[in-house]
Amino acid sequence: MKYFDSGQIQKKLGSRLLLNQVAKRLFFLATLVGLVVLVILIYRVFSDSLGWIDFEFLSNKLSTDPQKAGILGAISGTFWLMVVVAPVTFFLGVGTAIYLEEFAKKGRFQSFIQTNISNLAGVPSIVFGLLGLTVFVRGLGLGAVVLAGGLTMALLVLPIVVVSAQEAIRAVPQYLRDASYGMGATKWQTIKNVVLPAAIPGILTGIILALSRAIGETAPLVVLGIPALLIPLPEGIFDKFTVMPLQIYYWTIDAALVTEYANLAAASIVVLLFILFLMNSVAVFIRNKYQKRY
Amino acid sequence: MKGMKRMAVMTKVKKNFVSPANIGTLEPAQKSKKVAFQTKELNLWYGEDHALKNINLDIFENEVTAIIGPSGCGKSTFIKTLNRMVELIPVVKISGDILYREKSILNKSYKVEDLRTRVGMVFQKPNPFPKSIYENIAYGPKIHGIRNKKILDEIVEKSLRGAAIWDEVKDRLHENAYGLSGGQQQRICIARCLAIEPDVILMDEPTSALDPISTLKIEELVQELKKDFSIIIVTHNMQQAARISDKTAFFLNGEVIEFDATDKIFSTPSDKRTEDYITGRFG
Repeated sequence: MKYFDSGQIQKKLGSRLLLNQVAKRLFFLATLVGLVVLVILIYRVFSDSLGWIDFEFLSNKLSTDPQKAGILGAISGTFWLMVVVAPVTFFLGVGTAIYLEEFAKKGRFQSFIQTNISNLAGVPSIVFGLLGLTVFVRGLGLGAVVLAGGLTMALLVLPIVVVSAQEAIRAVPQYLRDASYGMGATKWQTIKNVVLPAAIPGILTGIILALSRAIGETAPLVVLGIPALLIPLPEGIFDKFTVMPLQIYYWTIDAALVTEYANLAAASIVVLLFILFLMNSVAVFIRNKYQKRY
Repeated sequence: MKGMKRMAVMTKVKKNFVSPANIGTLEPAQKSKKVAFQTKELNLWYGEDHALKNINLDIFENEVTAIIGPSGCGKSTFIKTLNRMVELIPVVKISGDILYREKSILNKSYKVEDLRTRVGMVFQKPNPFPKSIYENIAYGPKIHGIRNKKILDEIVEKSLRGAAIWDEVKDRLHENAYGLSGGQQQRICIARCLAIEPDVILMDEPTSALDPISTLKIEELVQELKKDFSIIIVTHNMQQAARISDKTAFFLNGEVIEFDATDKIFSTPSDKRTEDYITGRFG
């Protein structure tokens, strides 16, 4: 008794192959939509910014005159913001990851914290802005300065750093820890000498990605009351500041009044995209360089 | 399958074969040598799983004690208990006592860091750090506070010589240990263990990941090391146990079936199960 009738199978083969082709094209189309939109966006931004990005644009302070306006203020604001965000996320994020992975006993408390860190990653950024406004700007009376903005941003990107650092720490093979413990090393000695050196590439990658998120984030800073028009450059973490995405935002809004502002916004977007692209490249470079060292 | 069945039957009738009181107590000929480890009514559970049952063993210094037995019989668990590495597994419960040099190591006031400095360990898979050969060996002394470069240099050389690998690596001490072959890596791990000047060395199937020539080198090394150290070695390889050990303990299902001089175990075992295992009838 044969179950397979080769004639029947031949007959159905055509429609099976056809369906396969349909599926392939459909999914290709889905992929294309995103790409096309991205290309259009980049094309528009680049064509609008054409002729506007030059040394003056990068090195001039803000001005109401579009021909003289530059984004040095926004760039240095972004720089100072990173000066606060990077170390704060590093210590809080890596510290939390080390505690959860190496010290905390696996149990309800640990999984409770873990769940809440994941939840934190899903909280809308504007809520972090409200938190920053309440705690740092008003509560601590810092005002809308770099430090307040940086601490707010640090909290916002903290979950990214924690989760990526945890993954990096978890990827360190247990046999390396065993070797260290087996010689009488304490937990901290093992973490410091064995776990962290092996995990640091992964941790750095996570931090860079978190920083690039912080660079592009706008909403929380709007809530903090970062000024729209600010001509003096920030010179420290207690100065008032503005950042690139905010500058883009205000120029876009005011483009209704002065049409050239749209070109300035486009030019700023190109600069911002370039910085983000650079940071992500560094992250990829670090990841590839140190991959599979053990 | 047949072997399994026989094992099950044997476990049932076990009490008729050996009286537990006799296990592990050795002839008075041992008097000159001191006891390094003594376990008393040692029981261990992984959650509900009773992995070690009433282990009473005396392990003497300057001897090689081999632990043999089929997979899952508790032999690795047993030696990991001796330096309390087993505690890294969260669900472990232990009862009974382990005396190291007449002090209870299960007592919480006995610091594991101290214990593991005296009782070193070599693992199944060579596990050097992804650091230079020099840094691998200097790791132990450094964590115990030795900072002097000259002393560290001396320790590194002495340890590498002790592990019979100095000549092979003396010109490349600052290269990454990962560039070495598996057998060389394992000798680096032994050297790393020697660098903390332990009293006892635990070896958990140290040659199971190595080729025959590397295995031979490690075996020769063990013979050399027993002059200065007490060695407890878990092995899957019965010929290895016969070749290098002075005493052999046969573990089965978490129990010590027989513990005696290696010659005796391999020539005239007193328990039928030991005989079945060493003649390859199961395991």
